[in-house]
This record gives sequence, structure tokens and C-alpha cells, in this order.
Amino acid sequence: MYTAKITVTLRPAILDVQGKAVEHALHSLGYGGVEHVRMGKFITLQIATDDQKEAKRISDEACAKLLSNPIIEDFSVALERIG
Amino acid sequence: MKFGIVQFPGSNCDHDALWALQHNLGQEAEFLWHKGSDLKNADVIVLPGGFSYGDYLRTGAIARFSPIMKEVVRFANAGGPVIGICNGFQILCESGLLPGVLMRNTSLRFVCKYVHLKVENADTMFSGSCLPGQVIEIPIAHGDGNFVCDGAVLKELQDSNRIVFRYCDAEGNATEEANPNGSMMNIAGIVNKRGNVFGMMPHPERACDRQLMGRSDGALIFRSIVEHASVLGV
Repeated sequence: MYTAKITVTLRPAILDVQGKAVEHALHSLGYGGVEHVRMGKFITLQIATDDQKEAKRISDEACAKLLSNPIIEDFSVALERIG
Repeated sequence: MKFGIVQFPGSNCDHDALWALQHNLGQEAEFLWHKGSDLKNADVIVLPGGFSYGDYLRTGAIARFSPIMKEVVRFANAGGPVIGICNGFQILCESGLLPGVLMRNTSLRFVCKYVHLKVENADTMFSGSCLPGQVIEIPIAHGDGNFVCDGAVLKELQDSNRIVFRYCDAEGNATEEANPNGSMMNIAGIVNKRGNVFGMMPHPERACDRQLMGRSDGALIFRSIVEHASVLGV
């Protein structure tokens, strides 16, 4: 069994309006040095296989098909064996 | 002609579309359940507005995998007319039937109001009853209507005249102030290359009944589809 920890982020060229709003809020809290706030998604899922390659294939495919939109988002997957 | 209106869990403009098509346009219309795989011989498919699957993950991202969407994609690829309104537009983009994606409004606000739209292309089956350059008034109601695509796609949309409606002011100028959501080039509605799949963020079904709503510019869109079909003898 593997746990996949998936991070989905907006591509650098895409304007992140939520990140901007959070950045402004941080500035008004006094954190003037905070810059480039970007919002993303963190998804975990468990995959019933003992084969790391298979776990990678499944999580990559899930990201490409459903969990991210390749037009605006990138994803990264970190796998962890859990017994 | 017969319209099939798909109902996803979270669709909330399905009944408005049914009312507009049956009572205001005098057409046959029927609901199609998202779990079904039967388009019930509909001549046109309507993907209505709403919040399918609670907008979880991304707007339209889960609805595109509903069983009925397989049939809708097959229908569209065979040339069948498909119109996606608001959430329906988002679903069409997620399913790849239309390019681009609808992102969060740049204001971060849900915007619900009448907007002016300029008819950029009156030569499609979804806008043929409009005059070229005409300014029409149709309401929007969305939090994610900010159309985004890459530069090459945007150029292709422009060059092939596939931008059907743009947000504009009352005089027809597509200004930044008239853009309610930050959409590239004030895009409000686009059509696919073949011309049979159309998506728009504004809600024409909410502006068909002059008695109820005071305006009826939305009927132009549905009338365009009906008239196009009658020319073809459907």
C-alpha cells in the first residue's frame, strides 16, 4: 500500500487572484515582507499496490485526468510506502 | 424540435431552461438524468447552469465524468448541437469539447446582474437570430466565469471568429469596466471549430419570458438554434 501526497499548483503564468487577496491580507497584518503568495491544493490518497511504479503510474494518471487541469495547473506526487 | 436538458446533482437552472424552451419558445423539451445513457432522441443538448457536484475540485471537473457525458461527447462529435450555459460552459471546457477554462472571477466575488453582450459573430447556429454587432442584455450569475486560455488558443479563437459574445457597455464597447469577471478579451461565449458546441456564461434562459423577467433577449439564442434547424429541415 502506498500513500500519494499530491500537490496541485497554478502554473506560474496564471494570475492567482486568491493568492493576491491573501497576500494583501498578510500585508495588512503587518507582514510587509511577504510576497508571491500562491494558492494550491493538497490531496492525499491511498493506492492498494506494493509496486511503487504502479502507484506512480496510477497517481500521475489520476492527476492528469481529474485532479488537475493541465491548461492552468501543474502537479507533483510524493509516494510513501505504508506497509 | 426536441431539447434534452441534462440534470446533474447540483444543477439549478434546469427548470428555468425547461420553462424557457417549452413556454417561451414553444419547443419540446425533456430532462436527461446524469446517470442515464439515453439522450432520448433529443435534437439539441442543453447543459444547464448550477453547481454540479458542489463545484468540488474545479467547476465542472466531476460532472464531465457523469455517465451521460459519454453520450453527449459522442453526440457532439457526430455534429449534434450542444449548448452549455454557465456551469454547462464550465463542463464543456473541462470535457475538452471547448478550449480554455473558467477560473475564479478576478474580483473574487460572485456576480449576479444584467450585463450587456456584443454579438461578435451572428453567423453561428446559436446567434443567427441576432444582428452582427447587436448589443443584448442577459444576466450573469457566477463566481467562476473568468475565461482563460493560452495565447495560441486565443489567437485561433479570434482568427476563426469563434468568439460569439463579449461583455461590453451599453454602447457596445468591450471595456475593462464592462468585464464582470476578468475574462480574456471580455469573452462571454465561444463556439467550437465545427460550430456545433457553444458555451456562454450569461443565462439566456433567465431572459426569455418578458412577462416574468421584463426582458427577452435570451430568447434570441434559443430561437437561433430553432431557426437554424428549421432551415436544415430537422
